[in-house]
Amino acid sequence: MTVSIQLEVNGKPVQAAVEPRRLLVHFLREDLGLTGANIGCETSLCGACTVLLDGNAVKSCTMLAAQADGASVTTIEGLARNGELHPLQEGFWEKHGLQCGYCTPGMILSANYLLAQNPSPNDEEIREGLKGNICRCTGYHNIVEAVKYAAERMS
Amino acid sequence: MARVLGTSIKRREDPALITGRGKYTDDLKAAGMAHAAIVRSPYAHARIRGIDTSAAEALPGVLAVLTARDVAAAGIPGVVPVGWLLPDLKTPAHPMIAADTVRHVGDAVAVVVAEDRYVARDAAERVAVDYEPLDAVADVVAALEDGAPAVHEEAPGNVAFDWEIGEREPVDAAFASAAHTVELDLRNNRLIPHAIEPRAVLASYDSSTGEMTIHMTSQNPHVHRLLMTLASLGMPEHKVRIVAPEVGGGFGSKIHHYADEAIVGLCSMKLDRPVKWTATRTETNLTDAHGRDHSTRCALALDADGRITGLRVDTAAAMGAYLSTFAPAVPTYLYGTLMSGQYDIPAIHCHVTGVFTHTTPVDAYRGAGRPEATYVVERLMHLAGEATGLGPVEVRRRNFVSPDAFPYQTQVALAYDSGNYGPAMDRALEMIGYDDLRSQQASRRDNGGKQIGIGFSSYIEACGLAPSAVVGSLGAQAGQWESADVRVHPTASVTVYTGSSSHGQGHETTFSQIVADRLGVDPEAVEVIHGDTDLVQFGMGTYGSRSAAVGGSAIARSVDKIIEKGKKIAAHLLEASAEDLEYEDGSFRVAGSPDRSLALGDVALQAYLAHNYPDDLEPGLSATSFYDPANFTYPFGTHVCVVEVDTETGSIELLRYAAVDDVGNVINPMIVDGQLHGGLAQGIGQALWENAVYDESGQLVSGSLMDYAVPKIHNLIPFELDRTTTPCPHNPLGVKGVGEAGAIASPAAVVNAVVDALAPFGISHIDMPLTPEKVWRAVNS
Ligand code: FES
Ligand code: FES
Repeated sequence: MTVSIQLEVNGKPVQAAVEPRRLLVHFLREDLGLTGANIGCETSLCGACTVLLDGNAVKSCTMLAAQADGASVTTIEGLARNGELHPLQEGFWEKHGLQCGYCTPGMILSANYLLAQNPSPNDEEIREGLKGNICRCTGYHNIVEAVKYAAERMS
Repeated sequence: MARVLGTSIKRREDPALITGRGKYTDDLKAAGMAHAAIVRSPYAHARIRGIDTSAAEALPGVLAVLTARDVAAAGIPGVVPVGWLLPDLKTPAHPMIAADTVRHVGDAVAVVVAEDRYVARDAAERVAVDYEPLDAVADVVAALEDGAPAVHEEAPGNVAFDWEIGEREPVDAAFASAAHTVELDLRNNRLIPHAIEPRAVLASYDSSTGEMTIHMTSQNPHVHRLLMTLASLGMPEHKVRIVAPEVGGGFGSKIHHYADEAIVGLCSMKLDRPVKWTATRTETNLTDAHGRDHSTRCALALDADGRITGLRVDTAAAMGAYLSTFAPAVPTYLYGTLMSGQYDIPAIHCHVTGVFTHTTPVDAYRGAGRPEATYVVERLMHLAGEATGLGPVEVRRRNFVSPDAFPYQTQVALAYDSGNYGPAMDRALEMIGYDDLRSQQASRRDNGGKQIGIGFSSYIEACGLAPSAVVGSLGAQAGQWESADVRVHPTASVTVYTGSSSHGQGHETTFSQIVADRLGVDPEAVEVIHGDTDLVQFGMGTYGSRSAAVGGSAIARSVDKIIEKGKKIAAHLLEASAEDLEYEDGSFRVAGSPDRSLALGDVALQAYLAHNYPDDLEPGLSATSFYDPANFTYPFGTHVCVVEVDTETGSIELLRYAAVDDVGNVINPMIVDGQLHGGLAQGIGQALWENAVYDESGQLVSGSLMDYAVPKIHNLIPFELDRTTTPCPHNPLGVKGVGEAGAIASPAAVVNAVVDALAPFGISHIDMPLTPEKVWRAVNS
């Protein structure tokens, strides 16, 4: 049995028939080939799978593809515009905010949501805003720097 | 040309990773790919009475269900080997799939392959295994008690090995005549690595060629190929290609050869089609080799002046249910040999018992043995500061190996090649504002309320595992060199093939800087290839902070060989003698006649044209090196942690963390700092939050991210870093290694800080992790 869904992914309309139990993250990664959202835990604890759903940061491992029917989804692949990196992408590169890169798409999209809510967060607000995303490589020091860099660029 | 060594060039790895284009193993698809799910034991110890696979096989979409019988029927070796032997080491077999007994929760008992990931998991749940549960022992001390359940018949008393280093008698004598002694019983808590990318493998066998390509999460593809073909699958080594695509962190956990990767290889061979398996978080936590898990009794003897006269250490180190790849080396040659720390200690004895328990195997995890050793030495130094009244700074200073004593031969085999410990300590004190902090502490003590503590850790590590002959004499079943093939193309751009395989460290950037600097070319003109056994000559991989010191040195050697050859070609073209040629900034010049010179590009082109060429020289401009270092390298430093402890609630707040590290010459300061940050987070995590807890029946009760507290961003603070520079004297780059320093130094610094804060309560030790509950109990007991 499948359900048919219609949504927008990175600005493009998508129609699909999916198994009701199919997770959004598997739909994005395996059906649409958008492998930027990574799976670190499948239990909504690590944040590696974070995408934007109608502008909100959601963990795509904890959502069914069917629940995204009618929504607009942005993944890391859709963040750069016209070949120009988003200031957050630039910030992570500039400030060495990533090492293995596995947490990075989720981290960047969570930070994107944070900056949408609070365009000039202080260190503490950045740390509070990103606590749903685990990075095992960087010790977070440079992630804070990367977000500050982006906030400045965007203001 | 501007120097490129020592410059924070942005990472060339990043554009793919920040746009979602980097391909990790689970991102890969192959035509006809099937999915595997592994059936695992829910018991820590049980006999398998039977396995009924019929319900699983009946599910539509299921392609195969394999058990130990299929491994036996395949006529392959079918085991997971240990790669480091010790005298009298017990090496019970570790079958790829358990046949009649399971020995830890997560032990593989069957594998299901299906067309779809979801169906594979559904089917795995339908495999009915009839277990007869047996008594289990998960605790390292309990496993040594009389009558403890046996993990392996071949290992009476659960003892895997009994090992010692140093001499017992001089230590006993030192204690007999000591003016001060301090002693400690401690646990070094078991850790789960938690690379955020779970382990994964995509194996593609092709019966028409007999070849198999395996994409997998690997820190060392050649080592994996060797162990996989030799001991598990019994395939010819040259028929297997292992590729490590982007790898999402490892920290040791992706060094080791595991049953699961071999099982998936077998599935692909049986089905003659690609098979993928990606661990769930729970699976990866049950099967990735864990770290640490020691129980230690240790003591330090000092004379009336506070000089150390002897150190005694006795450790029980958990091995888990089977011996993982390098497991026996970790609590022995990477632990006992580090017991001299930064200090001149005339007598040391360290005894270690390796212990089988019904738990996930334990092996190298960031630091591997050296964090455990540093923890022992630096906790004792803290206590020695108190016992002698000298305090933590002076007692350390008084015992530092003096800068003119290098090379310094320790009592535990290692010979430190270089060091200068005082300046790192001085700088750390200055950064932290030590005197001022002490007066703040004093006034808090007078006024009550939250207490401040200051903790030190002056660590040393031995890294860049080497040389081969030495590690071989100590039991390694592998060499410890590294390889590099550097090829200068006719247009003078360069490709480097390195055996050192990155999983987040930025090798491509760093290695391109080494070549650019030495060869006088733009870093952009250098491509770095790694992580593919078909492309790269045999290599040993990335672990033990060895990539720059050993892998980088191999690259430097190859570049030097290329320059030597280039000089011969240039000499021929310039009608000069090769001895008179100098190479600088990308040009060959005749010494003393600056107008007679040739650019690297001219020489490279000629090397491939070979039209106007020396008779006795082969064409081409490339060089391969297998660099086997003369010694380990010895990074060191002093870290200072400042905490605030709420004695009412037991909660701890990190206030400051300053680290002064000496990692030798620095290639890319930004990357070096990043490595330190990451190591610090893991070490602080060990000290305060992380703990792999087994209950009495051998269930891992902190196996998920819900229960196992990996540090999150709001738990940590900005780190204050600085460096001193004492270059390594024996490698061509003067580099030492930085990947593990943070994890090695920080647990002791944090615990010393908390204990320092609680000194007025008469508390001298609390075992890690320092949870509020433990701190509260200590304060209130
Ligand atoms: S994979 Fe979704 S939160 Fe970890
Ligand atoms: S960069 Fe590796 S987990 Fe964040």
